[in-house]
Amino acid sequence: MKAKFIHQKWFAIVCTIVSVIAIWYVASIWMNANQLAKTYERKSQSWTVSQVVSESFSVKRPMLPPPHQVLQQWYKSVFDTKVSSKRSLVFHSMITLQSTLLGFGLGSVLGIAIAVGIVHNRTLELSFMPWVIASQTIPVLAIAPIIVVVLGAINLTGVVPKAIIAMYLSFFPVTIGMVKGLRSADKLHMELLQTYNASRTQLFWKLRWYSAQPYLFASLKIGIAASLVGAVVAELPTGAQGGLGSRLLSGSYYGQTVMIWATLLMAAILGSVLVNIVALFERILLRRRGAAL
Amino acid sequence: MTHSIKTSVYSLLLLAQLYLCFFFSAGFYKNQQWLILLLPVAIFSAAKLMSTLTQLIDAKVVNSRYIKPLVPALFALVVLIFWQSMTKGFDVSKILLPAPSEIFVAFISNIPTLWADFKQTYMKAVLAGYFIGCVSGFVVASWAIKSRFLQNSLLPLGNFVSAIPIVGIAPIMVMWFGFDWQSKAAVVVVMTFFPMFINTLAGLKSVDPLHNDLMHTYAAKSTQRFVKNQFPQALPFIFNALKLNSTMALIGAIVAEFFGTPIVGMGFRISTEVGRMNMEMVWATILVAALAGSISYGALALLERAVLFWHPSVRSAQAK
Repeated sequence: MKAKFIHQKWFAIVCTIVSVIAIWYVASIWMNANQLAKTYERKSQSWTVSQVVSESFSVKRPMLPPPHQVLQQWYKSVFDTKVSSKRSLVFHSMITLQSTLLGFGLGSVLGIAIAVGIVHNRTLELSFMPWVIASQTIPVLAIAPIIVVVLGAINLTGVVPKAIIAMYLSFFPVTIGMVKGLRSADKLHMELLQTYNASRTQLFWKLRWYSAQPYLFASLKIGIAASLVGAVVAELPTGAQGGLGSRLLSGSYYGQTVMIWATLLMAAILGSVLVNIVALFERILLRRRGAAL
Repeated sequence: MTHSIKTSVYSLLLLAQLYLCFFFSAGFYKNQQWLILLLPVAIFSAAKLMSTLTQLIDAKVVNSRYIKPLVPALFALVVLIFWQSMTKGFDVSKILLPAPSEIFVAFISNIPTLWADFKQTYMKAVLAGYFIGCVSGFVVASWAIKSRFLQNSLLPLGNFVSAIPIVGIAPIMVMWFGFDWQSKAAVVVVMTFFPMFINTLAGLKSVDPLHNDLMHTYAAKSTQRFVKNQFPQALPFIFNALKLNSTMALIGAIVAEFFGTPIVGMGFRISTEVGRMNMEMVWATILVAALAGSISYGALALLERAVLFWHPSVRSAQAK
């Protein structure tokens, strides 16, 4: 019985969460205590262990804020602040979400288009495919500030430059997945359709597109996470205009550690919600296709 | 015969466009507008050349090994010609988009600065972070494979962490480890750990149970089973993670430099030169990053082919 209990998934997950939080608390006491000890020394005060522990939970600019401090700050800036306020994380999330979704949409369409082209045209495959792969060995994010500045010079500001960077990051997984998916059609089925004298368009819509769907969704899940990263990083050079990235940057400039952590928490929540939404669509689609789920 | 005549005509047209965009004085499209008609002709010629080469490769007329790289090279040439003719022909401002030739000049004349940035970002931060991240990811995975409990607890954690934009931890790492390369290496460690961990675990799990049973009948110890069966079988997955991480590491290090750095480094160079509107230098830094990224990716791919010569995935690629 005991052996079975330990192999349960939920038990393992609960253990992980508990131990992550425990380690986090210990680490935050340890890291902040060093800081506190120095201030005590400077003021030549005496201190006790319990005093240090309790104070390290409420330092204003801690090295590592304990979980409850992060959660408080997160709660304060999500629920207790007006959405229109610049202190609200919802306000900044919406800005990031816009460019993430636009970039993800553009990236998916571009990725699918490239994949369709590559599957149907051998020259395109030989000439373009190596560059699609090479484009990802280039640290695309390095170009982010330039794209923002260049597009700003021709009066394109706001959501578009950021969406373009998000698109650049998200199109690649979609292309790779779709090329694989469009080619994954069963050979026998292809031959069957050819004996029916099916045209290339029919072959595409009736067989290829269908066989590519599972691959497409696997790639979309990677793509949407990548596109969020792109949107956040694209916000770094546009500082004042808002978004989770600019929040991180200003937190870094002003040493607002708790705010950085709260923003990071928000980004994590946003990321996993987005991935889970795509996964939900995937499940619905696969169920409609008759997969046993 | 007509075939080769056509090919040489196309090549000549392409070379003419090349000559035009590199040796005519700037703004040639503005001065002589009919010249712009030559650009589609050049692109069409290049497309024709590429499709001719593709046919040659598919018909196996010549050793495809030597002419295959020519196709993507031609493609890149067309992109460069297009870029060069548009920026030079319309005399586009350098701030908006410098021409490839200008970027190249900036690259050549700033090699000492670019080299110092490369040393700071790549040789120090990226290599150290990449090494620590990949090794620890591998070690933890090979330890977790033995325990169902560890897998159940670490895999969801890994999936959750991979949904976080990890570059976001850069400001925290800068706060903890200071402005120098150590904080960038720390970001790289965090970014590379989980892909390595997840891939290694998947690879170690992919081992055919029959093979393990066979090893068991040979009375192999668990270390022997790991070294002789599980590890080699997991290598394709591990190489996938290594290749993926090689680009992630560079991205992480450069982005982390936006959050504070000593006055050297590729991320620093990009952000300051953007501020000074010195765009050729920015693009030259990107060129360095692109070269570094492609070379490390290519080196890993070569290593993979050398180490995994026996694996079906490599052998089937060679058979083609």
